[in-house]
Amino acid sequence: MKNFKYVIKDELGIHARPAGLLVKEAGKFQSAVNLKSNGKSGDAKRIFGIMGMAIKKGDEVTVEVDGADEGEAIAALEQFFKANL
Amino acid sequence: MTVLEGKSVFNDVCMGTISFYKRKESVIKRYKIEDTEAEIGRFEEARDEAKNQLKELYEKALEDVGEANAAIFEIHQLMLEDLDYCESIENIITAQKVNAEYAVGATADNFSAMFRAMDDAYMQGRAADVKDVSERVLKVLTNAEDGVQVLEEKVIIAADDLVPSETIQLDKEKVLGFIMQHGSANSHTAILARSMGIPAIIGLGDSLSESMDGKFAIVDGFAGKVYIEPDEATMAAMQKKQKEALERKELLQQLKDKEDITLDGTKIKIFANIGNSADVGNVLKNDARGIGLFRSEFLYLENSDYPTEEQQFIAYKTVAENMAGKKVIIRTLDIGADKQVDYFNLDKEENPALGYRAIRICLTRQDIFKTQLRALYRAAAFGNISIMFPMIISVEEVLKVKEIIKEVLDELRQEKIPFKEDVEIGIMIETPASVMVSDELAKEVDFFSVGTNDLTQYTLAIDRQNQKLEPFYNAHHKAVLRMIKMAADNAHAEGKWIGICGELGADTTLTEEFLKMGIDELSVSPSMVLEVRKRVREINLR
Repeated sequence: MKNFKYVIKDELGIHARPAGLLVKEAGKFQSAVNLKSNGKSGDAKRIFGIMGMAIKKGDEVTVEVDGADEGEAIAALEQFFKANL
Repeated sequence: MTVLEGKSVFNDVCMGTISFYKRKESVIKRYKIEDTEAEIGRFEEARDEAKNQLKELYEKALEDVGEANAAIFEIHQLMLEDLDYCESIENIITAQKVNAEYAVGATADNFSAMFRAMDDAYMQGRAADVKDVSERVLKVLTNAEDGVQVLEEKVIIAADDLVPSETIQLDKEKVLGFIMQHGSANSHTAILARSMGIPAIIGLGDSLSESMDGKFAIVDGFAGKVYIEPDEATMAAMQKKQKEALERKELLQQLKDKEDITLDGTKIKIFANIGNSADVGNVLKNDARGIGLFRSEFLYLENSDYPTEEQQFIAYKTVAENMAGKKVIIRTLDIGADKQVDYFNLDKEENPALGYRAIRICLTRQDIFKTQLRALYRAAAFGNISIMFPMIISVEEVLKVKEIIKEVLDELRQEKIPFKEDVEIGIMIETPASVMVSDELAKEVDFFSVGTNDLTQYTLAIDRQNQKLEPFYNAHHKAVLRMIKMAADNAHAEGKWIGICGELGADTTLTEEFLKMGIDELSVSPSMVLEVRKRVREINLR
């Protein structure tokens, strides 16, 4: 299992649009992708789960990737967070 | 005649027949089924069909309203693919042995309740999206027709609120305006109305009812009013207003991108006053060259507690970015006198206009002031922001303000938070005292802006709210004009600039006199920008 931490910089936090993009990105990989923030956790492949976490600007998010393609997935996701959130 | 009042999202007038948006809401019946596998199959088929419809809508929206607004339909597709959502539906079918329609309806209720319970207005709004996608699946399941209405003639669309898929499927050519029971300035209907440039009024509540379907109405987007079956006088007044709106549009066509310059070549800047970040659209639409007065009070008045630095930062940054490099002069909070806010816990005063207000609050309650200054200096890094302080009466006050600014900047520097260092600072000239010492004040600040409303009230010792004083009041009193001239001369002697942001700035009978005084900028309400420009371009000072 691999993970990285990221502090959200987007003014609106993880709102609908980036949540949708994140689901698409995570869906490209076999590995399970989990988000943890503010004591809550959610599956990054499920849009309602992510939106329900109500992650706001300034919140620290831990992204955990576990599975066969975790190396590739974590690199892509870290890139995704930097570019979109 | 019935008059309804709501919140306008676009300033224009339209008249026509009301067409109530008829929605064939699926009526959900609950019944027992035996073959749960087959029922899940029914759901899956319906869901896939709904997803296909959404794909088509996305393509249509992409053409009609652009990528940013179309994205919602992609998100809707993802919602239908969401495992939690699908599992919930399948679990209800399996566990309760009930039909797919019921399972979809129950799941939609649960998920939208989750969004409604969130403490964030944006997320609460997403409850409507859950309902919208679920309704789509239900329509497929029950073979109901799509709610798309074929409009025969141009109408005013009325509804509780339209969901995105409904707004995108409307025949735009046939829509005169929107009137909605609910909705917010960020709802899909409001966004659509603004992009189409047609009047829309939201938040009419229960006063708007289906019994008004088919009736003739006038939508006054300037006043946020809807007149149902208007009487003759209203009709005439509104036709006049509509005509004026049209003339304004034509005036805009003529004067847009034209310089603010007199016949003899004297230049003046015409800026606009705003009271909310949402007003920027009006500023740009009327081609103002900047914002001469951005009243920051709305942040305090609209809140139930002190607005946070972050909240303020976003509001200021948004305006600065939207103005794209044009000057934005933000006035620090001017609470007190006629603008009261509960959570400030201000004492009741005998004489509030001469009381504890504006800079006097800021200098004694520095925590509030510093929060605002931090937000302003941070936002300044994103555009052309200037800061202006209200109700100044002495040089000492300005020195104190500058000291506090220095502290704030030191803190930001230590915290390594990005900000802009050399922000232009100015003061309002709205007390006779500030005029009398304007020679000294001009040495300490970058600009003056004359608040003529308060300056007139304080100079003439006349309370403008008191109707009995009307006969004594003269808006063009020589004393006030001499005050402005004196401040202008003192500003220019120090090489500083001076503007006028009060009501007199828009008084075109004075424009020539202001130009003669060498006033550098006039800041008026967005709707007056073009009128003043027209006047300026007629004047010859030689």
